[in-house]
Amino acid sequence: MESRETIIEARAVEKHFVQPDGHRIQVIAPTDLAVYSGQIVALLGASGSGKSTMLRLLTGLTSPSAGEVLWRGRPFNGQIPNVSIVFQSFALFPWLTVLENVEAPLQARGTPAIECHRRALKILDTVGLDGFEAAYPKELSGGMKQRVGFARALVVEPELLFMDEPFSALDVLTAENLRHELLELWLSKKMSTRAIFFVTHNIEEAMLLADRIIVLDRNPARIRADFEVNLAHPRNRQAERFVELMDYIYKVLTQPKLEHALPSPETKTAAEGEPTPGKYPMLPHARPGGIAGLLEILLDRDGKDDLYHLADELVMEVDDLLPIVEAAVLLNFARLQEGDVQVTPEGRSFVEADILTRKVLFREAALRHALLLRQIERALRARSGHKLPDDFFRDILDEHFSDEEARRQLETAIHWGRYAEIFDYDANRKQLFLTETVERDQT
Amino acid sequence: MTKPILGRTIFHERTWPILVEILIFGAGLAFFYGLLVIAETWGGPFSPAAPISRSPQALPAYAANSLLRVLIAYLLSLLFTLVYGYIAAYNAKAERIMIPLLDILQSIPVLSFLPGVMLAMVALFPHSQLGVELGSILLIFTGQVWNMTFSLYASLKSIPQELREAARVYRFNWWQRFIQLELPYAAIGLVWNSMMSVAGGWFFLMACEMFVLGERDFRLPGLGSYLQTAASAGDTTAILWGLGAMIGIIVLLDLLLWRPVIAWVEKFKLEQVESASVPRSTVLNFLRRSMIVANLKRKVFRPLGDRANRYFERSIDRPNLPLGSPIWRVWAERALTVTLAAAIGYGLVRSGTMMAGLNRSEIAEIVSGAAMTLMRVMVALFIGAAWTIPAGVAIGFSPRLARVAQPLAQIAASVPATALFPVVLLVLVQAGGGLAIGSIVLMLLGTQWYILFNVIAGAMAIPTDLKEAASISRLRTVDRWRLLILPGIFPYLITGLVTAAGGAWNASIVAEYFHFKGQTLMTTGLGATISHATDKGNFDLLLAATIVMSTMVVTINRLVWRRLYRLAETRFKLEA
Repeated sequence: MESRETIIEARAVEKHFVQPDGHRIQVIAPTDLAVYSGQIVALLGASGSGKSTMLRLLTGLTSPSAGEVLWRGRPFNGQIPNVSIVFQSFALFPWLTVLENVEAPLQARGTPAIECHRRALKILDTVGLDGFEAAYPKELSGGMKQRVGFARALVVEPELLFMDEPFSALDVLTAENLRHELLELWLSKKMSTRAIFFVTHNIEEAMLLADRIIVLDRNPARIRADFEVNLAHPRNRQAERFVELMDYIYKVLTQPKLEHALPSPETKTAAEGEPTPGKYPMLPHARPGGIAGLLEILLDRDGKDDLYHLADELVMEVDDLLPIVEAAVLLNFARLQEGDVQVTPEGRSFVEADILTRKVLFREAALRHALLLRQIERALRARSGHKLPDDFFRDILDEHFSDEEARRQLETAIHWGRYAEIFDYDANRKQLFLTETVERDQT
Repeated sequence: MTKPILGRTIFHERTWPILVEILIFGAGLAFFYGLLVIAETWGGPFSPAAPISRSPQALPAYAANSLLRVLIAYLLSLLFTLVYGYIAAYNAKAERIMIPLLDILQSIPVLSFLPGVMLAMVALFPHSQLGVELGSILLIFTGQVWNMTFSLYASLKSIPQELREAARVYRFNWWQRFIQLELPYAAIGLVWNSMMSVAGGWFFLMACEMFVLGERDFRLPGLGSYLQTAASAGDTTAILWGLGAMIGIIVLLDLLLWRPVIAWVEKFKLEQVESASVPRSTVLNFLRRSMIVANLKRKVFRPLGDRANRYFERSIDRPNLPLGSPIWRVWAERALTVTLAAAIGYGLVRSGTMMAGLNRSEIAEIVSGAAMTLMRVMVALFIGAAWTIPAGVAIGFSPRLARVAQPLAQIAASVPATALFPVVLLVLVQAGGGLAIGSIVLMLLGTQWYILFNVIAGAMAIPTDLKEAASISRLRTVDRWRLLILPGIFPYLITGLVTAAGGAWNASIVAEYFHFKGQTLMTTGLGATISHATDKGNFDLLLAATIVMSTMVVTINRLVWRRLYRLAETRFKLEA
């Protein structure tokens, strides 16, 4: 093993956003992170977990609210070090040709025109875009645009290559192709880059590329796991160790508040897992229809299936599946055990009931287990007229979540409230109001 | 490319490009020669009230003069825009003052700047014609610059975050960022606003080339003066010649300047996929194929750009100073704020004393004038909307109709209404009407096109599936308008109405007060008060009337238009 050199080190970095009323929302909890040379590191987390913010902290694009980020032991001092970023939506300048886009970083460093030209042509050849120099980005497909993104990133021979969800805007086959080519470049040592750091929400992508995986919890962002993947390339998705690690990651992601042991003595760090006391529970962003659908599928398989297997069969991303699983677990319609999802008796009754009874069961479960819905229902009931403006609840949520997240929480709560016929929302008056319930026979 | 074999085609292949070169070279020569001639007259002795001939032979010279004035004013506007818009977009503290200031400046009619600008320029160049010319150019400038500045500011603030981050991470220096990111992103908005600005220049040309300031008579050789002189004398033939010349210049400008620029600026469109129909321009194609232009690019512009780049690149290697601005900067900011406050205070005190000198009848004139002009603006907007909404929707919904109607509307819109006004007045005076109605007609003529074009755009933007849903539900016409069409075009309609309202207020200064056939037609109105006060040299009245107009426009902006915009952005936005 070559000696590891620390290229970037983040010490106790935090990031807050201050809201107009002075309230601070913490996006990243005090975190230590180091990037060593010779590794591909993946930062894995669900959407909104602050991973893009973390990436920008490490590159120097944003500065931390507290703590410091050191580049080879020295603070940034406002300068950007020799790094490159590949962006999720390519970030190509639409009015420059492919060649001009790739030459731009070289021009920025004062390289003479002939040299710019030569190096740009060479790197375009390496990424396979030879012949497309005079094309404009709008004439290219998504995969080709990202190749230009890579060419532009690599033409300056950066010490560290950062990637912000580089393949999520591409279709599955193109993403697979590009991943393959990136790995080839890295393994054949054709790049002078010392390390690659990328951010993704795709667990499989992290497993396929990375030598080291860091898993982030969200709200606020906190490292839940940081371990090395010592599997040789090309990696086999069916290999036992691969599956083992995937399961482990799923567990960490679905139950971030508990400690999980890495299935092997080679654990880097398993961060402390005491759940923050009095933490306001987040409503998972899933629709009642989605929850019902998941439970129906599970019942088809005898009420129980492996999460990884399920996601694979449904060709779904973790991002889309996890919230539905979380919601089902929250409502006590399902249970998570060792990476397996299992339907509970309550869940079974829910699935087997007719439409109206489903609403009743959902209503009971929601009122019992979802704090936000309980709060809304109580508040509306207590008010004469049974009406309250949405800002009332938005203020409560603002205490615990960022603006954007508070809005989403309320949206999801309204969905659930409407389905369960607990309350409804008048968009014109911006008010929530209690639904008149017709007494139904409780079967 | 294979060379054709037939003799004839080879002949064509070779001479065609040469023809282009000759044309371009010739145009360049003519342009420089014209500049020299004009520069000679402008640098000549001070003759502010040159006699204006009404014969058509004088027209080419007059046209050239006016064209040059409008273009120089435009270039000045562009420079101002780049500096002001840039600072306002990037300096948060400055922004807080600069943008409201821009709002206020936009609401001040062109004539109100007249005394200050002219007196200053003539004082600077007392013995040369240059002072008067500069004054006229600056006046035209005040009618052109504000909307361009707003456009640049809005564009700079809406640059996508990722493009900015890419520029930062790849260490673009200030110049490279400007040339490769900011300017291209703002290009399309700037081009359309430039077209609007130059059109505004033509609109106010008459007022800016020939005017009375107190006891002084200013008459500059140009199309505007020609038209005004002809109108004053009631000389119909001259009026028509002048109108023809103006339309001719506008059409030429459109063909040689705007069409190629619009076609070129397509490449700055922020779209991911090429759109089906792209504007084309023959002139642009010629220019692209020309060797002269290509050589200019390679030998002159690119090395200049490289050199500029390298100069600015050196300036970013210095690491940023640690947190906390240097002492001198803090003190400079403080000094600036104090000076500004002092200047504003002084201005307020002076204006106060000036206005205190107003007598009862003048105050009454202002108040009644304000009410009348406000009413006229509203009537003009109403009438304009009443015909442009149905017409615009009809055109927007039918591509066949659009193909015919849009070019017609564009030609009609590009004729400056002030040039048409004498003809309109001739008809009105025959019919026995006065300026009370006539002013509304002029406001309409000048501003209805804004509403029309926006409504057409809005109607085109309504998605086909909404229209299909409406027809399947067999909605009655009333319901179709109520539920689909009016809500659909609402955001565009508001934009059109705001622009039209601003134009109407501005137009009031020429609409309510006009020299025609030896007499001065005027009607009660704020615009008339302003023009009249300028003519008579009553600066106190001018200042007071301007303040009232400006306050009204800004207040209506905040109370009415802003609310409607917010409604348009939330409830009536078409995307999810």
